[in-house]
Amino acid sequence: MKLVVNGTAHELVVEEDMPLLWVLRDVLGLTGTKYGCGVGQCGACTVHVGGEAVRSCVMPATAVEAPVTTIEGLSSDRSHPVQRMWLALQVPQCGYCQSGVIMAAAALLRSTPKPTDADVEAALGNICRCGTYARIREAMRALARA
Amino acid sequence: MPKLTRRSVVKLAAGSAAGLVLGFHLPPREARALETPNDFGSFLNAWLRIAPDDTVTVIVDRAEMGQGVYTALPMLLAEDLGCEWSRVRVVAAPADPVYRNVFLVKEMLSGGQPMGNTANWLVGKLARLFGQQVTGGSSSVRGAYKPLRIAGATARGMLIAAAARRWGVPESECRGEAGVVSHLGGERRLTYGALAAEAAGLRPPKRPNLKQPNEWRLIGQPLPRLDLPAKVDGSAGFGIDVRVQGMLFAAVAACPVFGGTLGRHDPARALAMPGVKAVLPLKDALAVLADNTWRAQQALAAVEIEWTDPPGPLVDSAAIEASLRAALDETGRIAEESGDVAKALAGSVRRLRADYEVPYLAHAAMEPINATARVMPDGVDLWIPTQAQEISAKAAAEAAGTSTDKVRVHTTYLGGGFGRRSEADIATQAVSIAKLAGAPVQVVWSRAEDMRHDFYRPAAACRLEAGLDADGRLLAWQQRLASPSILARIFPPATWIEPDGTAVEGAVKQPYAIANRRVSHTVRSFPVPVGFWRSVGHSYTAFFNECFIDEAAEAAGKDPLAFRLGLLGEAPRQRAVLELAAAKASWGTSLPPGRGRGIALHSSFGSHVALVAEVLVDATGLSVVRVVAAIDCGVIINPDTVAAQVEGSIVFGLTAALYGRISLEGGRVVEQGFDDYPMLKLSEMPVVELHMLESSELPGGVGEPVVPPVAPALCNAIFAATGKRIRRLPVTGQLTA
Repeated sequence: MKLVVNGTAHELVVEEDMPLLWVLRDVLGLTGTKYGCGVGQCGACTVHVGGEAVRSCVMPATAVEAPVTTIEGLSSDRSHPVQRMWLALQVPQCGYCQSGVIMAAAALLRSTPKPTDADVEAALGNICRCGTYARIREAMRALARA
Repeated sequence: MPKLTRRSVVKLAAGSAAGLVLGFHLPPREARALETPNDFGSFLNAWLRIAPDDTVTVIVDRAEMGQGVYTALPMLLAEDLGCEWSRVRVVAAPADPVYRNVFLVKEMLSGGQPMGNTANWLVGKLARLFGQQVTGGSSSVRGAYKPLRIAGATARGMLIAAAARRWGVPESECRGEAGVVSHLGGERRLTYGALAAEAAGLRPPKRPNLKQPNEWRLIGQPLPRLDLPAKVDGSAGFGIDVRVQGMLFAAVAACPVFGGTLGRHDPARALAMPGVKAVLPLKDALAVLADNTWRAQQALAAVEIEWTDPPGPLVDSAAIEASLRAALDETGRIAEESGDVAKALAGSVRRLRADYEVPYLAHAAMEPINATARVMPDGVDLWIPTQAQEISAKAAAEAAGTSTDKVRVHTTYLGGGFGRRSEADIATQAVSIAKLAGAPVQVVWSRAEDMRHDFYRPAAACRLEAGLDADGRLLAWQQRLASPSILARIFPPATWIEPDGTAVEGAVKQPYAIANRRVSHTVRSFPVPVGFWRSVGHSYTAFFNECFIDEAAEAAGKDPLAFRLGLLGEAPRQRAVLELAAAKASWGTSLPPGRGRGIALHSSFGSHVALVAEVLVDATGLSVVRVVAAIDCGVIINPDTVAAQVEGSIVFGLTAALYGRISLEGGRVVEQGFDDYPMLKLSEMPVVELHMLESSELPGGVGEPVVPPVAPALCNAIFAATGKRIRRLPVTGQLTA
């Protein structure tokens, strides 16, 4: 199968049902995308497929038909507006879930540049055990104003 | 580069008038090994290296699990070193006795009370001998506050001495600031980097010159965290991200019944699957090794495993709860007593009594339990997101059949810890598997495995009785607690004379002035492992006590705030946070129907916290609208980190109070994921307002102290909104008509 990740095309041989998450992490070595639950509940594994936020732990890699972007490919220098705002407001704590949150946020802003709180809550159902929600909300409000 | 030997011992003297020697701080074995690939420069002491290019490397001996120690601890050292903050970088300390958590042991032994110099010295000696390098008990900043400033000031003194020698001038004419030593008017200047190698060979000053608070440039500033850039671009290395040449990936299933063992299993199907390298039986678990995590998980699921249950009955939640409730009929062991509670209760005009209970809770850190191990003839490497390096090293050594000094512990970032990662079960398991496999192995637990093999926050029950006089004054307070004991598992001697302090903390040493009080505890043991969970015993004692105080206020016909303030005559810090939170939350003003405010106060880990929660209960259910927090945590090192911990603790506390429950059936934990052990989400996040009191008291902890008052503030608010008392957690399911 062919998989384009962060602009690079890969020719891979993997099982039909192998989730994109594990192809990214264990085959391609892109460990920024995280394993949290493996069943699409927590969102730590969120990446973009064709610009849309996808929970990669429940998406077979062989079913991916559009280019994939991971946290490593969001920008080369932390310059994506979401990354900049995340640093400006010091959002992460342990940081484990944040790749997924940032990717979900970036996808939302692409489709909905001025999201309401309700838009944000609907799109960012990610679990953050450290509880950075107050700052995620503030960061998204600031990005919606920008 | 100077050769570092045991001769270059850095002896750090305390800044106290008594000149107490804080200890011999050797450059640790492991940190010396770091010199080989990286030129981190010269060791000035166990926490500090300075490179010729002026890079300041701070060796942080506590785990970064989101609480900000990779920033707060370097801030303390850099403050008194007088270096440019922009030149500071951090490396994780190896396992080494020099990094033991002396503060935590001192606090346990002294019960948080001040000690005289001799007792302080003795306890410090014992702590260094018997303590552990551990991150927990909200102790990192509290423990580092003095030692790391002294380490910085000592190094500054050595750098000044090196410059003075080179220039042939008195040290008193030189100063160290912003990474430069200068002489008098500043005509002669040398950077720290240019002096470090020479300074490292000098004797440290006997009386390091600590800065005065009015000279601080870093302490108290909301500096951006040093670890966050790597946490927005995916480059931060967590345990699960470790990659070692030739490593295999392991999936593991342990016997779902605690204490059970592996029985019959047929590895044939798994071994026939692509990429599978081995199926390894352990005593209590089965491991499948493959060339990637997913293949290992798939193959493990394909093995039919029979488990051998341990002897004895298999517990379930109903039996555990019944046993804990029954224990409340026993007096138990007295943890604290004053006055004559029986007489005062008998003589009171109004008596009230209520039973409370809480369930087991899992930690459920986002990063599932994992470790990567490599067993070689010359020693063991263990890459592990751990809160306990030395305990992990010991476990690894035992599993590998070697000595602890042959184990190199590499602490990664922790994707959450909350106390779970102070256990070394995964170190034992990963090293055992790597040894059997003859290859480096990364073991990553599934979410279900993580949830079903935790060391749980103990379930607990509590009976409270209070007596009021004719004027509604609280005369008597009797509290019986029943729970499993964490210390009985970890360190039984700590429970021989006194009840387990972690089980009654927060119930004892209450700030309220009640003349007659008794707190007792009964241990009930079940085959369910218990451990440290963010705020430990405080996590439930605050719920019991602060809800029951509310009940007492109601019985007295008094406002919950006024009733508490009336009991806080000798607790000015608690009084101050309570008054501040109440004022900021407009306590006493009216709310629309369905809304209610609840207040709670709790002191723990050296800090004092008051919360006012505001809830709305309507046809759609319960929503938490707003939480106003006031905290007095002494001197604040990084106010933005304090704010983050307060915000996060409120989420953590609400998650537990609203949803948290681990249940048992047939000896097994039922919950397996975030569907049956739910977490608070963004859509449920209340508005949080934080108010920090300015203080010159010693720093208090911030990672844990805000968790305990969340549940009682919430439940008191629910009472205010609905008239219903919540005496059992979680809240979920109790508010439907």
